[in-house]
Amino acid sequence: MDSNGLMQFAGAVASGAVRVVDLTFTLSPDFPVIVLPPEFGQAAPVRIQRISHYDAAGPAWYWNNLTFGEHTGTHFDAPIHWFTGKDLPNNAVDTLPVRDMIAPACVIDCSAQAAKDADFLLTIPVVEAWEKSHGRIPERHWVLLRTDWSKKGWRDYANLKDDGAHTPGPDAAVMRWLVEERGVIGFGTETIGTDAGQAGHLEPPYPAHHFLHGSGRYGLQCLCNLDQLPPTGAVIVAAPLKIQNGSGSPLRVLALVPGQG
Amino acid sequence: MIEPIVRPRRKNPLLRTRLPTSPPHARSRASHGFTRAAAEGRFMLQRCGACGTFCYPARDACPECLSADLVFADAPRRGTLLSETTLHIPADVHFRERAPWRIGLVAMECGPRLVTHLHADCEEGRPVVMSFQLDKSGQAVAFAHPERETPNMADDRQWREMTADPKFRRVLVTNGRSIVGQEMVAALKAAGASIVFVGIAEPWKPFRGEDVLRALEGVEIVPLDIGDEKSVADLAADIGGKVDILVNTAEHVRSGGLLDRQGTSVVRDEIDQSYLGFVHLAQAFGPAMRMRGADGVNSAVAWVNILSVYALANWPVFGAYSASQAACLSLSHCLRAELRPGGVKVVNVFTGPLDVEWFQTVPPPKVAPRAVATAIVSALKRGLEDVFVGDVAEDIRQRLAANPKAVERELGA
Repeated sequence: MDSNGLMQFAGAVASGAVRVVDLTFTLSPDFPVIVLPPEFGQAAPVRIQRISHYDAAGPAWYWNNLTFGEHTGTHFDAPIHWFTGKDLPNNAVDTLPVRDMIAPACVIDCSAQAAKDADFLLTIPVVEAWEKSHGRIPERHWVLLRTDWSKKGWRDYANLKDDGAHTPGPDAAVMRWLVEERGVIGFGTETIGTDAGQAGHLEPPYPAHHFLHGSGRYGLQCLCNLDQLPPTGAVIVAAPLKIQNGSGSPLRVLALVPGQG
Repeated sequence: MIEPIVRPRRKNPLLRTRLPTSPPHARSRASHGFTRAAAEGRFMLQRCGACGTFCYPARDACPECLSADLVFADAPRRGTLLSETTLHIPADVHFRERAPWRIGLVAMECGPRLVTHLHADCEEGRPVVMSFQLDKSGQAVAFAHPERETPNMADDRQWREMTADPKFRRVLVTNGRSIVGQEMVAALKAAGASIVFVGIAEPWKPFRGEDVLRALEGVEIVPLDIGDEKSVADLAADIGGKVDILVNTAEHVRSGGLLDRQGTSVVRDEIDQSYLGFVHLAQAFGPAMRMRGADGVNSAVAWVNILSVYALANWPVFGAYSASQAACLSLSHCLRAELRPGGVKVVNVFTGPLDVEWFQTVPPPKVAPRAVATAIVSALKRGLEDVFVGDVAEDIRQRLAANPKAVERELGA
């Protein structure tokens, strides 16, 4: 693309011909985080501590200190996050190729199924049916699973029962298939993880993490506004913080979609 | 005969809130023997090691034999009220606004005579039972009680100045997820608290006992994550002006010391949930409580910390946890000094291992959560400051007094 093309793109963003959709939840202390059994190490929750607020601690300025885990809020999973991806080259957020941070997306709407069944699992036949309508998923595309889960209150969103979380996600076969047969760049969800709430009981456990990261692909979770994206044609901008050897990071996820005019 | 107190009406917003004042509080160093006795609810007098004479007030030599061997010892509490006086217009600001105020002279069966504050049901010439109490200045004073229980005894105006009775008071229990927190709520309601606010962190996580808690009348569940500065500040903005008693039921227990733990995230959680949580609560709720120390029947009166007795002596099996508790203990003394101008007590309740999941592998004796709640309500009603609950806590206290070095070696064995 020459510089004219880029300027045309910038003009389209400015005019609204390309619409920018924010797929990010606000990073706040009350947003649910992944819950592990208490004997494991826990993700530090988001904490915002005021340094000064135009007061004695800083008369003309306002700023905060932040603490949070790499996997809090709307966040990105790098291949190094999972044991299957630990030996891959450039597998951390500071080393992964920056060109991977901008890629198109296919959005598979399973909101009707998820509304009926909190444990809904995305399967190969569901994706094949989607492909019948929208075409084969091209390589190096994101696959985003729309469930409308992001519209729930926090308790229903986490949906913790005495046998763990009940939230939708992919089954093992479809994850392997998306990675090996479709060459996706990554997989994104509205729920707390890329995997289903009960994915610890799948074979292998946590198949999205297992297959995505084992093949150097990425995860996005806690996305919102997926209902504003077309099934195909959106471009995702997802640039995690450049944390040294980081396994992931909260980030701003933007989608560029064809707009009015 | 005491008229029962009635639940206070809503405040008239046109009236200025009465500010706390302190009764006279200068004491000699020797007199702090009474402070310790009052803090623990014991009745102690100096006793001469040479001739056995009990004496009062505190002094440096025995009034009978001039021996300097005077030691504070538990003493018999009974005496007779010789005379009583009612002060109608005291010169002291604190008592002037509480007048009329009765004091009396009591002859103790064990010998000395005490000038004392009087319960309204104490009659001249009749037997009385004595205690030492911490007054609004935090210093020990003698208090005479009638020999037997009388109707509405705890509602006595002068007695209530010495205590932190939950009756008609509004209480914040900071963590309603734990069993201790839930027992605390039940005990406070049974003690007549008008409302109990119960903090729940991360309300999206369900918890055991939630249905029961939500169904209780006069119990209000509030969002509170004490590890989060903003969450604590937000709650204080809502209810800070109507918390009369704060019971910090934070419970974050993890086993392990230093060398067998990898990394510092568990240690950091311990500090966040105990020490920093305490700091957040104190900064958010402390100032309003200190300001409301004389605000009528439901004035702010007490701040309760539940501390592990291993705050006093490190137990390496729970070594990092012990250290976080020691930090809280130190902070509690700071808070005590800072709340004292408001007449607000800081009650430290020391316990051994609780009978909860985090001490599952620890052999008995363990303290039942209900016993902790009961001890706290009792401490509030009696106006205590330092309470040891259960055999382990009491054992550690006694061994520490005898030989702290031995405790260190034995806990680390």
